[in-house]
Amino acid sequence: MGAAETGQGHAHVLHLERDGVLHRLPPEVKIAAMAAYTLVVVVTPREALWAFAGYAALIVAVAALGRIPAGWLAKRALIELPFVVFALALPFLAGGERVDWLGLRLSVEGLYGGWNILAKGTLGVLASLILAATTTSRDLIVGLDRLRCPQILTQIATFMLRYLDVLAAEARRMRVARISRGDDPRFLWQLRGFAAGVGALFLRAFERGERVYLAMVSRGYDGRMPAAWHATGVATAGQWVAAAVVPLAAATIAVAATVLR
Amino acid sequence: MNELALHIQNGVLDAPVSLGYAVLAAVTFGFCVVRGRRDLDDRLAPMAGLVAAFIFAVQMLNFPVLPGVSGHLVGGALAALLVGPWVGALCVSVVLIVQALVFADGGVTAIGPNVTNMALVGTAAAYALIALLLRVLPRTPTGLAVTAFAASVVSVVAASLSFVVQYALGGTTRLESYGLGEIAMAMAGTHTLIGIGEGLIAATTVVTVARTRPDLVYALRGLRRDAVAPPAPARPVPTPGGVA
Repeated sequence: MGAAETGQGHAHVLHLERDGVLHRLPPEVKIAAMAAYTLVVVVTPREALWAFAGYAALIVAVAALGRIPAGWLAKRALIELPFVVFALALPFLAGGERVDWLGLRLSVEGLYGGWNILAKGTLGVLASLILAATTTSRDLIVGLDRLRCPQILTQIATFMLRYLDVLAAEARRMRVARISRGDDPRFLWQLRGFAAGVGALFLRAFERGERVYLAMVSRGYDGRMPAAWHATGVATAGQWVAAAVVPLAAATIAVAATVLR
Repeated sequence: MNELALHIQNGVLDAPVSLGYAVLAAVTFGFCVVRGRRDLDDRLAPMAGLVAAFIFAVQMLNFPVLPGVSGHLVGGALAALLVGPWVGALCVSVVLIVQALVFADGGVTAIGPNVTNMALVGTAAAYALIALLLRVLPRTPTGLAVTAFAASVVSVVAASLSFVVQYALGGTTRLESYGLGEIAMAMAGTHTLIGIGEGLIAATTVVTVARTRPDLVYALRGLRRDAVAPPAPARPVPTPGGVA
């Protein structure tokens, strides 16, 4: 909640420059493994407490394999904070049977609900962070493309990620220009300069888009990206199997937890 | 509260509802691609990509609301005004998908509900209101500003109410002591405040763009054609001292 107007949230793509086993794995298998793992976590009954310990152990193992520092993960997992607040509020908000704990009357349903959101949300965020840390954003798009994601989506996403830094830098320059001319907004109603800057940013983005399109057409663009874009480094069967270990282990834990309950 | 309704994480909604909304979002996304191609044909990918980058960059800009409190734009209504509902919805969808995959903002299993709320419901509500207000209000910068403001408020509130519907259908915890109406009121209340901030900035932004390149404001495009098409009515003579 600083007064600074510069980007905080998504200022940098989360990729962590390393050379490890996870980094070398093709992106499509990592995306598939992450999505499958998250799905298993989400469908697990929340009463199966020890299953979540198993899932967390899997995350720790994979993070160690990818040589991702725990502090790095923890700091970026803070994005989940609004949900943590919601989860902590649930024992007070939910109805049903109540228990007394340290003089507080808490709802049993709410306790389980809060736990559910906290556990599944945290595990999901950590799995996403590991994927983002070990895969460049360009590779993520290539991976989506190989997973038969519609071309139009991957193309828009490619252009977006390619020009995001350009536009963010442009916004930063405009802010410096504004502030060096004495603009110092503190209240919502002093934001005319800021909003006019947003308008100028749109104009620059749109006009840049037109120029980029013309440049592409003059180099032979016909609505599809060149095949060379994603020709090399397609995952082998062995790599698929290796990546499948994590979601399969999670699924085994889920089945065991449901049966043994 | 903003993030809570608008970047849902894993585990808040149950699997069937998440999956159902993913199917709904995918089908609507496909429809938007078809209509977006009609607006931009093969310019669609680069143009929508740049507009998506613009929305993403705008979401990164924090602005002061009060000292110590800052906010950021969601941008759905702004996108609908500037590039139209179809391309606008596409851009916001891609922003949300990339945020979930590359930035861990919003759960992977909640991509469907998130896209539905912000990209589809938010943009649809905004554009319905824009289409109506631009016909009713005077075609002046003030009229455009009022339209942008109202559309932004409605867009954010509609997105938050869509989350309430999803929570009622498949929320993982029942909030029995609170009725659905109470939750909806609370969500609408907080999101009206967010929407007012969003609306003030969207209004100034759109007016700025309309002053420099009115041809780039999608919402004004159809209107101009309509205005040209019928024979120009005789200019009403201003009557001093009274309104005709």
